[in-house]
Amino acid sequence: MKIGVCVKITPDTDARIKPTADGAGVDRTGIKWVVSPYDMFAIEEAIATKEKHGGEVISFTVGDDQAPAQLRASCLALGAERSVLVDDPAARATDALGIARVLAAAVKKEGVELLFAGKVAIDDDNVQVPSMVAELLGWAQVSRVVEFSVDGDTFTATRSMDGGVREVVRGKLPAVITAERGLNTPRYAKLPDIMKAKKKPIDTVDLASLGLSADDLAPAVTVSGYAAPPERPKGRILEGDLDTQVKELVRLLREEAKVI
Amino acid sequence: MSGILVFAEHEGGEFKKTAFELLGKASELASALGVEVSAVVLGDAPAAELGAFGAEKVYQVSGDFSHYTTGSYVDALAAVVQQAQPDAILAAASFAGKDAMPRLVARLGSGMGSECTELRVEGGEIVARRPLYSGKVYADVRVARKPAVFTVRPNSFPQPQPGGGAAEVVAVSSSPSTPDVELVERKEPESHDVDLTEAERIVSGGRSLKSAEEFDRVIRPLAASIGATVGASRAAVDAGYAHHSEQVGQTGKTVNPTLYVAVGISGAIQHLAGMRTSKVIVAINKDPDAPIFEHATYGIVGDLFEVCPKLQAEFEALR
Repeated sequence: MKIGVCVKITPDTDARIKPTADGAGVDRTGIKWVVSPYDMFAIEEAIATKEKHGGEVISFTVGDDQAPAQLRASCLALGAERSVLVDDPAARATDALGIARVLAAAVKKEGVELLFAGKVAIDDDNVQVPSMVAELLGWAQVSRVVEFSVDGDTFTATRSMDGGVREVVRGKLPAVITAERGLNTPRYAKLPDIMKAKKKPIDTVDLASLGLSADDLAPAVTVSGYAAPPERPKGRILEGDLDTQVKELVRLLREEAKVI
Repeated sequence: MSGILVFAEHEGGEFKKTAFELLGKASELASALGVEVSAVVLGDAPAAELGAFGAEKVYQVSGDFSHYTTGSYVDALAAVVQQAQPDAILAAASFAGKDAMPRLVARLGSGMGSECTELRVEGGEIVARRPLYSGKVYADVRVARKPAVFTVRPNSFPQPQPGGGAAEVVAVSSSPSTPDVELVERKEPESHDVDLTEAERIVSGGRSLKSAEEFDRVIRPLAASIGATVGASRAAVDAGYAHHSEQVGQTGKTVNPTLYVAVGISGAIQHLAGMRTSKVIVAINKDPDAPIFEHATYGIVGDLFEVCPKLQAEFEALR
């Protein structure tokens, strides 16, 4: 089975994100880049599924020339066979649906039957691309999966719904599965695998090779006016002995903030 | 604009709180744009009642929608969109909203803003303000193709007061065409699984709790005393004090309660990212220099093991 995994490179969770002076985006200086943490669960699940059933894991990324190092460390060294990197200026200037068109075309071209992705990329927090890819491919989809297994062309997935409800669902491949925390524990790369990953192929492709043009990727969505989060009004540190502080806190919550 | 369509979710015929929040905001936007508000209801629910919250028309798709499946929901929503031809669609950033709306957008070839916290009208179009990078920055989203789709974070808008009459209910039929999944089993939430993202009150504990036993002894009863949901910092989850589904922060849940009580949480940037939109933040921490105090509405500098039982007693006395 050919198993795909969509991977996005995002700032690390500890990164301080600041808007640029003109508000057109975020300041990229000094940011440590990583594969989005939820994508790491997706990668682990793809590799574990391959180890159980045989086949090949291919990662798919829309990115630039800093992506290969991340792909080697976080996909190839962990057990993916190959990476496909779509590096094209039009793909970097599009919106979620444009990215989905690129990924769907690349996934289709590779003949993938099962596609994993993280439930969210921790930069844009869009939660859009995997569902869009499923639609463009005409595949089934299951989001926020915490347990997954496949048997022949039938998969069983447990998804984490609102209100803590969990649902076990069954469907037929091909399908798009998004990974929630708890699905697995991502492995660490071993030194020999890191060495081996240096020789594994990263296929860098452009839009034309996927049968797409810049016009196909003309974005409908524009994002502007990046700014720091709204300032919270200055808070108050309570004073007096602990009993007084606790009583004052409860009074403030009731009478001033009116939240209890 | 020909109108704003609100996806009014319900559970067993009872509309969710977010349905009213969205209708209230949609009415405000629609009057600024000079257009109508309509709603879409999937399955059995008192659709006409949404008229009291501003919906002129309610498109109701008959069938069994009691269990969410992507295919049945997207097919039904697409059938309604085809009939209603809305210029904009508002939905909650719920499981269904987040799972179905992007797929609908891909089918319609338009665009979407996710997890918006503000919607306004500017230059004859809807502009959404939303947090990105888990709230480390905010930005405006505009969608140039119709229908523009926006999902909205729960608790972002007030509940509107009902008024006015019943809505006209338009029956829409939908036949499934999308590959779908079948439900095998539904598991009701375990205690650690209650929903943080829609919680109105949250009490969260950090690494200073020192053990899972102390977390259970101090945080859980304190939360119970004001009907709050339990949350935890990443450090507390990594240390095994709390379940991973309870984690608040950039790689956990993003929450938006009216009251967030942070107990023994220093306020790492990735934690703040997940809870900074809380309306009131209470911080309890021994360290007066903890960054959490810069974001707290009210702070108590003190030993949590002394403060929490006192606070719990005060909360219990209110009942």
